[in-house]
Amino acid sequence: MPRNLNGRAAAAADGTLDWAAVRSQFPIMERKVQGGVQLVYLDNAASSQKPAVVLEAMAHYYRTSHANVHRGVHTLSEEATTLYEDARQNAGRLINASSSRECVYVRNTTEGINLVAGSWGRANLGPGDTVVTTVMEHHSNIVPWQILQAERGFTLRYVPVTPEGHLDREVFGSLMAEDPKLVCFTHVSNVLGTVNPVAELTAEAHAAGALVLVDGAQGVPHLPVDVQALGVDFYVYSGHKMCGPTGIGLLWARRELLQAMPPWMGGGEMIREVTLEGSRWNELPYKFEAGTPAIAEAVGLGAAAEYLMDLGMDNVASHSAYLTNYAYNQLVEIEGVRILGPGPEERMGLVSFHVDEVHPHDLAAILDLDGVAIRAGHHCAQPLHQSLDLIASARASFYLYNTESEIDRLAAGIERARRIF
Amino acid sequence: MDQLYREAIIDHYRHPRHYGCLEAPDYKAHDLNPFCGDELTIELKVDDEGIIRGVAFDGKGCAISLASASMLMEEILHESLDEVKTWTREDILDMLGIEIGPVRMKCAMLSLKVLKKGIYGLDQLEEEELD
Repeated sequence: MPRNLNGRAAAAADGTLDWAAVRSQFPIMERKVQGGVQLVYLDNAASSQKPAVVLEAMAHYYRTSHANVHRGVHTLSEEATTLYEDARQNAGRLINASSSRECVYVRNTTEGINLVAGSWGRANLGPGDTVVTTVMEHHSNIVPWQILQAERGFTLRYVPVTPEGHLDREVFGSLMAEDPKLVCFTHVSNVLGTVNPVAELTAEAHAAGALVLVDGAQGVPHLPVDVQALGVDFYVYSGHKMCGPTGIGLLWARRELLQAMPPWMGGGEMIREVTLEGSRWNELPYKFEAGTPAIAEAVGLGAAAEYLMDLGMDNVASHSAYLTNYAYNQLVEIEGVRILGPGPEERMGLVSFHVDEVHPHDLAAILDLDGVAIRAGHHCAQPLHQSLDLIASARASFYLYNTESEIDRLAAGIERARRIF
Repeated sequence: MDQLYREAIIDHYRHPRHYGCLEAPDYKAHDLNPFCGDELTIELKVDDEGIIRGVAFDGKGCAISLASASMLMEEILHESLDEVKTWTREDILDMLGIEIGPVRMKCAMLSLKVLKKGIYGLDQLEEEELD
């Protein structure tokens, strides 16, 4: 593999990063759209682009080592198993998991939350119990609990969002007095960009005797995450928002919880012994990984985690914060633009906004004609939009490869849309 | 772009025709576009000969979906219900006079979907017909 493909190659001797070199590691940044305009990709909160090192790792795996994992004793099966398990180590190391046994591969954050709902939730929740989630959540941290609530009959409560775009700590505190069994919230809001105080909220929930599940989909791409220091019980993230491929993500949970949880899917790999009278489950984490897994995608996830760790998550966080701040300050100057959520110091990675007289979809369509890709819609957070009295918003979200001049093009496109309407 | 947001589209968006509601409509239907959260209600008054004598729409949405509804109201007023039943997605695209990609198609077609839902009183039929 060419040496200049990895994250370390972009690091200068003094630890600072050459962000132009980082950008050049993402082949899609060469892409022209709309008949020759340079692509400006600002839809990273939906899905990030991939560095060559991730694409190469996956292609290399398929070209040289593909076989099923944990099955055969032949050379390729052993190679594939090693690559698959090394990737798990890296994906866990990125969030400082103490053991890869606590790291369960899932398809994405949504599947990880559904796994916790379907396994831990079905075994532990019933009438008289309370689960707390928040209005700030992506649908993936609301709907699985609503589905389970219909089946198990527990109480589901929501923490509202303040006008400034924070979780309402007063209501949060009063809901803790209702002795919830589980408290779920997002690390970073996918609409407001708000960075929630995970450690503080977790300590408060633990004091009330609750377990804590954190949706890390928007946190892991931008922030150094240490699940042990945060003290959480379940932490889930997706690969495709942090330079990895689609179809793979990670559920981390404390070992004793995973040990006590029943399997949620039955089949191959997840069993130790099967007889016609019944079965015994495999050890962790395989108990939760029925069937042939997404091996190449896992290899890609591991490569992405390694890439980010090579860049240094502190560096990544500063760069994301810088771009977010720059965009906030550019957009806030444009007449008719209303930015959703808190100020630039309390947010990460994105700016959602509404432009007077211009529906977000029309704005996105006009920006697209300039080659600028943003997201328009409710971003899978309808309850949050309802609480903001909006049906939709526009969202620009940033990552490693974005530049100030790209954000300038966004701002120019917004001005142009305002002139059309 | 200037093609997608041609003058007439912007004009209908900013000054929607027949926006509001009717007293005692004969037909009324409401639907959503889950892709962007647009919503639309259409009401019709139809005389004994089956001629549409009153039209109104109400809702929230992007320029494409609201202009589509506004233009459609003008097109179907004083037409017969039987005639309107034959409208297809091609008729809507001709009416809009712009090229629409697969993602925005749901915005453009919401008006026809709601109209047909009102006339036929069936959801299923229209979904299939418009896909």
